[in-house]
Amino acid sequence: MIELTETAGAAPAAVPGLPSRRPGPPYPLVIALLTLLLAGAVTAGIAAGSISLPAGQVWGILLHRIHPALADPAWTSVRETIVMDVRLPRVLLCGIIGAGLSVCGMALQALVRNPLADPMLLGVSSGASVGAVAVVVSGLAVLGVFTLPVAAFAGALAALAAVYFLARSGGRMTTVRLVLAGVAMAEVLSAVASFLVVVSADPHKAQSAVRWMLGGLAGTTWTMVWIPVAAVLLGTVALLGVSRPLNLLLAGEEAAASLGLDVHRFRAALFVLVAIMIGTIVAVSGAIGFVGLIMPHAVRLLIGSDHRRALPAAALLGAAFLIVADLVARTLITPEEIPVGIITALVGGPFFLWLMRRRSR
Amino acid sequence: MTLVVENVSVRVGGRDLVSEVSLEVAEGEVLGLAGPNGAGKSTLLRTLYRARRPTSGRVLLDGRDVWRQPAGWLARRLAAVLQESGGDFELTVYDVVAMGRTPHKRAFDGDNHEDKAIIADALARLDVAGLAYAPFDRLSGGEKQRVLIARALAQRPATMVLDEPTNHLDLRHQLDALELVRGLGVTAVIALHDLNLAAAFCDRVCVMDGGRVVAVGPPAEVLTPALLAEVYRVQAEVTVHPETGVPQLSLRTGGRP
Repeated sequence: MIELTETAGAAPAAVPGLPSRRPGPPYPLVIALLTLLLAGAVTAGIAAGSISLPAGQVWGILLHRIHPALADPAWTSVRETIVMDVRLPRVLLCGIIGAGLSVCGMALQALVRNPLADPMLLGVSSGASVGAVAVVVSGLAVLGVFTLPVAAFAGALAALAAVYFLARSGGRMTTVRLVLAGVAMAEVLSAVASFLVVVSADPHKAQSAVRWMLGGLAGTTWTMVWIPVAAVLLGTVALLGVSRPLNLLLAGEEAAASLGLDVHRFRAALFVLVAIMIGTIVAVSGAIGFVGLIMPHAVRLLIGSDHRRALPAAALLGAAFLIVADLVARTLITPEEIPVGIITALVGGPFFLWLMRRRSR
Repeated sequence: MTLVVENVSVRVGGRDLVSEVSLEVAEGEVLGLAGPNGAGKSTLLRTLYRARRPTSGRVLLDGRDVWRQPAGWLARRLAAVLQESGGDFELTVYDVVAMGRTPHKRAFDGDNHEDKAIIADALARLDVAGLAYAPFDRLSGGEKQRVLIARALAQRPATMVLDEPTNHLDLRHQLDALELVRGLGVTAVIALHDLNLAAAFCDRVCVMDGGRVVAVGPPAEVLTPALLAEVYRVQAEVTVHPETGVPQLSLRTGGRP
């Protein structure tokens, strides 16, 4: 082993014009602010609606439910039902979906080493849609409540694998090929999903498939929440566990191999993990775009690319963002609901452009 | 650590990029790898740091087949300095060098004081400490090369494999980089285009051509006008530096032998 002289702990010499510490705000502050933002989004998400509740009452009801001694019940049981059975599951699901899309986007960007990767852009979401629509239209339920998520996962994994191998030629993958393969795959799979609906013999099933394809989170109930919550929480913990190998992939395949990563096996395993997360998400929400593209970029601009720091921040920011987007989607033109994907695209596009401008300065 | 290459061949698409190469590098020895473009130097090096599995033959580090060990095993013992490949992600120089600690870490391990000290030391040794929080992608070619050498140092390896480490470096930094590697006392295999540098810094030089080893030995024995004419198709004069005793090449321009 190399014996090095002790320059341990010596601060790097300051060079004029170069930052002597990591640029940007300190990491604990960022996490604290993002947590605060998420808490605010959750409160607003539960408080707002056809019957609006004061924020204090929202927390009163939640705290009372956690332990009756924490808050005195000074509200009607109708309001408690609204909070506990209507708005809380929906806000929780939104948060989980936002966090899941965001960390999946970040992981995909590292896995294909391309900042334009996103579950929607790579056709992963469309693949999951095909799987889910096939189940809805055919009325299959061989696996009970897991039928839809498992079919969506299978579709997502197949689409991801197809795009990955189409985009690679001679061991190399260019941005152009990746995006073209992803867009083409997304188009083809959307067409397949629509085709399945059109040829469906049962009009009721076709209608429910169409409603599902439009996306959105209307009518969320507690039974829909648990599978995505489990998948996203476990998946995010798993991604945090491999945050160092994810960093290595940013350095390139050869460098990652020389630093002790079995690149092919690792990538295959993570494709499966991402497909599971996206599959369970799409199974409940339909395809929601832009979250997986923008949130990772916003986080990287704030605190850099190191996944050990960026993944938790991406989860928090993605959760807060989608809760707010869903809030806007259901309150903007009440009583009508806009599919939340429209809101994420409308908000996400300009935000992304603003970030790009800021970055190029 | 001793590094042994045993009858290694690499066949890709029916073409032999490396054929039946055998080499032994002793503990602490610095071996230079020379040869014209397409001689198979980089491909051979890839089999050493586990980026390309040999079609046949074995690579042994301290008697163990590196391709039969877990991926992390080799990275804790052997570090590679490769040609820089840029990316679209804003990694800081610090992030890049910190990657060198990965082989020594398990999932969920943070960087402890020792890791931070090793990273700071590697940055300082390669004269890039002042660039620690600069974006890696915006550095000059030479600065990137030094950062990648710093990353290899942060791995704390006993063996190093370097593919053209002096490529983008100016004269001062070329000498600094090679002196640094020599000074570490590690077993090293260095692919070098500059034969004068190879002669000055390597204990032995291995010359490859067409995927085969043409000659191996001390620089003064290997780098002869006859061999240079045969392998590189150049006319060269070899003189011995009066003070250092290092063979020096000067090329005659124009004519071909």
